[in-house]
This record gives sequence, C-alpha cells and structure tokens, in this order.
Amino acid sequence: MTASTRKRWQFRQPSVIPGFGLALGVTLSWLILIILIPLSGLLWRSSALGWETFWAMATDQRTLNALRISFGTAFAAALVNVVFGVILAWVLVRYRFPGKRIIDAMVDLPFALPTAVAGIALTTLYAPNGWIGSLLTPLGIKIAFTPIGIVIALVFVGLPFVVRTVQPIMEEIDKEVEEAAATLGANRFQTISRVLLPGLTPAVLTGFALAFARGVGEYGSVIFIAGNLPYVSEIAPLLIVIRLEEFNYPAATAIAAVMLVISFAMLLVINMIQAWSRRRYGYGT
Amino acid sequence: MAHDSSDPIGHHGNSEMVASATSESRMARYVLIGLALCFVGLFVLMPLAAVFTEAMRNGAGEFLTVLGDPETFAAIRLTLLVAVIAVPLNLVFGVAAAWAIAKFEFKGKAFLTTLIDLPFSVSPVISGLVFILLFGSHSLLGPWLQSHGIQILFAVPGIVLATVFVTFPFVARELIPLMQEQGTSDEEAALSLGASGWQTFWYVTLPNIKWGLLYGVLLCNARAMGEFGAVSVVSGHIRGLTNTMPLQVEILYNEYNFVAAFAVATLLALLALVTLVLKSLLEMKFSEQIAASRRH
Repeated sequence: MTASTRKRWQFRQPSVIPGFGLALGVTLSWLILIILIPLSGLLWRSSALGWETFWAMATDQRTLNALRISFGTAFAAALVNVVFGVILAWVLVRYRFPGKRIIDAMVDLPFALPTAVAGIALTTLYAPNGWIGSLLTPLGIKIAFTPIGIVIALVFVGLPFVVRTVQPIMEEIDKEVEEAAATLGANRFQTISRVLLPGLTPAVLTGFALAFARGVGEYGSVIFIAGNLPYVSEIAPLLIVIRLEEFNYPAATAIAAVMLVISFAMLLVINMIQAWSRRRYGYGT
Repeated sequence: MAHDSSDPIGHHGNSEMVASATSESRMARYVLIGLALCFVGLFVLMPLAAVFTEAMRNGAGEFLTVLGDPETFAAIRLTLLVAVIAVPLNLVFGVAAAWAIAKFEFKGKAFLTTLIDLPFSVSPVISGLVFILLFGSHSLLGPWLQSHGIQILFAVPGIVLATVFVTFPFVARELIPLMQEQGTSDEEAALSLGASGWQTFWYVTLPNIKWGLLYGVLLCNARAMGEFGAVSVVSGHIRGLTNTMPLQVEILYNEYNFVAAFAVATLLALLALVTLVLKSLLEMKFSEQIAASRRH
C-alpha cells in the first residue's frame, strides 16, 4: 500500500471555502479567553485547596443541606414541568382554541424575563398577603419563604424547556401511526400511552434534564421567594455568594467546584440521551 | 352535530367515528386545554400581571417619579452600555464559530460545539465567581492589576466579562444549525464566479442568515440586559455606578421600596415582552430562515 492510497489522518477535509483559519482562530481564542481559562481557574483553585480541606468544605453540614435543597427542589420542579410541559405541548400542537398563538409565545417568557423580576413577582403573588398566598393561608399552606416557594420559582424558570423540546417532536408524529393503532383496536388511551408517549421519551428526558440543570444553578428568581433560612431553604448558589461576602474564598470555590462537576456530568447525560435517541428514533436536537 | 367545523377545538373530521379514533373525546380535550391554560396562567401570566399592578399601586405619578430618579437612570445607562459591548462581541464570535463549524468538516467539531454550550450548564453565580477568582485581590492577577491601577471587578469591565460569559452561546447556537442546513453550494457558486472570500460572506452568506442572526442577537440581548446572578457577584453593588437594572430591582426590593422595585421591573418586563413579540414575528415571517423555529 502506498502513501497516496492509504487514508491519511487529516485535521480537516479539504474545501474551497476560505476563512477556516480565521474563523476557527477567533472561535478558539474567544472560547479559551472567556470560558476555558476562567473555568479551569476555578478547578485549579479548588485543587490547590488540597483534598482534605476540599472534602471538609464540601461535606460541611450547611453545604450539604444547601446542595440537597438545590438538587431536590430542581428535581421536583423538573417533574412538575414534565407533566404540565407535555400536556401544554400536546394542547399547542393538537388543538385549536382562542388565544393559542399568545399562549404559545408566552411559553418563552421565562427565557426573556430577567430572573430578578420573576423572583419579586412570584414572591409578591405567593406571600401570605399576595393574590395566591392569601387564598392558601386560610388552608394552612405556606409557600413563600419555604422550600415549596423554591420549587415554584424553578417551575417558572424551567417551564419552556420541556415544552420546547417535546413540541417539535409531537408536530412530526405521523398521523398514520395513530390510525394504525386505532384500526388494530386500541382505544385512545392505549394509543397515547403505548404508541405515542414511548416515542416522545427521549425528548421528554432531554427536557427534564435541561430544566433540572437550569434549576440547580438558578439564583435570581429563587433568592426572593426562598426565605433563605440556613439548612432549610438556602440554595447552593446563594451559599456561594454568602461565602464570597465573608471573603471565605476556599469554601465558595469548593461548593462551586462540586456544582460544576455535577453540572458537567448532567451535560454528558443530556448528550448521551440525544445520541441514543438519534440512533433509536432518528431524531435529536 | 357534535364536531362541526365551528367547534373551536375539533381539529379535524366531521364524524364522531373519526374524531374518537385519532383524537380525544371532547371532554378530555377541554380538561387538557383547561389544565394547560391554568398552568400558563398561574406561572406566566399572573407573575407578569403582578409586576405591572404592583408598579402602579400608588398611581402613575409615583411610578414616573421613580423612573426619573438619577440612580434608576444610571442603572438604565449601565445596562444599555453593557449590552452594547457584550452583544456585538458575542455576535462576531457567533458568526466566526458558525462559519468554522457549519462550513467545514474537521476533527473535534462535536467537542467544540459542546464547549460553546458550556456556559448554559454553569450556574450564573459560578459564572461570576470564576472572574472573582481570576481578578480578585487573592488571585494571581490581582496584585499586578492593582499595582497598575486597572480595575476589573466591581467596575464596568467585570460586569461586561460576566455578561459575555453568560450570553456566550446565544448567537452561535442559532447560527450553527441554520448554516449547516444551508450548506456551502451558494458560497461555492460565488467563489467560482470570482468573488473574494469577504465578498462571498457579505453578499452571499450574510443575506442568507440575516434573520437567524437577528433572532440570535435578540435572545442574546434579552439575557445580557436581564442577567442577575453573574453580574451581582462581580458588580459590588455600588449605587449609581455599578448597579445594572436587575441589581437596582433587588436593592430597592430589599429596602422594602416595593413600588420603585416594581417600576424598574416594569421596564425589564417590557423589554421581555418586546423581545417575545419580535421573536414571534421573526418566527412567523421568516420561519425557513431561522433554525430555532424548526428545532422548536
């Protein structure tokens, strides 16, 4: 075999389009400067703490509680968003009703509305004297300034994720599949639960993971409604800020490193779900 | 007739048989629509309504007084300044990244795309913290910056950096799938007819992607102006100097100056609404030139 026939390793395939060097150069330098150096700085600083210091700070009771609250409330909120997100996507794809266009556009409001604004608005609504809070107080239900308040804020923040990942897949469902199921004697409930929903699983999982990941790191919308009681309703990002304000940089760095590692693990999981769904169902975002 | 065409939610078919085989019963549809509307009403529309009613609680007079306050004015100016710097930077980056990723095949492309999306999975607070660790007085660069009188943290450069970090993926993310779909044949045609690389970009590629680009810039801008967590960590909350609008909302709120907090929040809510309207318009009119509307 001569060198010319052997498939040589090439960094890129030849192309007549110019500007590869410039475009990739700009991309990489900007990426390294803005994202990679700062992030690796964080990891470097936490490794400089030494394993024992790091472990002591990461397993401090207040830190553990804060992480548990962040992950627990984000998980609960993502579950709520899965249920209502799928219903909302279904209604938007399948039914016609007055105001549908507006509702569809409003689903993206949590993307566009600054989190601090969402935070104070939700707090005002769910505070004991607010529009919704005042209805619940006589029933003995307290939402603002409890972990339930955190879940409410995270449901708001994560709302678009499930809807926007599931909606395009639902739009592409072939009506013939449903007709076939119906012809074969399935009732509507069976068609939906056995035929339609399994095909949506990867999209729903992706939406769940995105909403969950966003909820874990969320700060602005939560701090107003949470009450921020240490050990009870104090989220991990807030604890980072508190440690920073105490000039306790090692502790802030340790909590941030733990969160960062878990977020990257979740990013990996999201990518794996999408790769799997591309193979299994032939789609993926 | 149970399902004639005037039925607002009967999406197809005139006979009961067809409707029951491939769609839900009328009852189920109303229940589902009801649930969906309640959910959106409770979590999206009511908070939005609360912003405006709380701001107007003591009448339009007080609302306008708050907006005329010099501190509010300074916050608005800083927010605009930060967006004016951060958005174009990420615009240039986004176009370059999309050009490299969409027009060429090279090793490690998928990994590069993942790295670009990285800021989305980082908590805003951590996005601010990384710059504190990089430029703070305890850091490697800190003492050097101090001795040269360069102020990055608790000043405009820090706020811009944190904002750029947080809004990093927006334009690239919109352009990459769009330019991938458009392929390279238009550019190849232009080049073979003798156009230079830049001419090809300005006269062939840019017109093809302009609406998608605008879409990405719109979302990038909304986030840049509304970012709270990252900016809050690096800003130092110096009134009239390093307070952006979202930070001003927080300070006023924590001082129990609710009307003022909601008045500033109103401006941010209006920004969000304008963003949504423009976004919907772009999706409606130029759907084939916007990647997100196919993904969405």
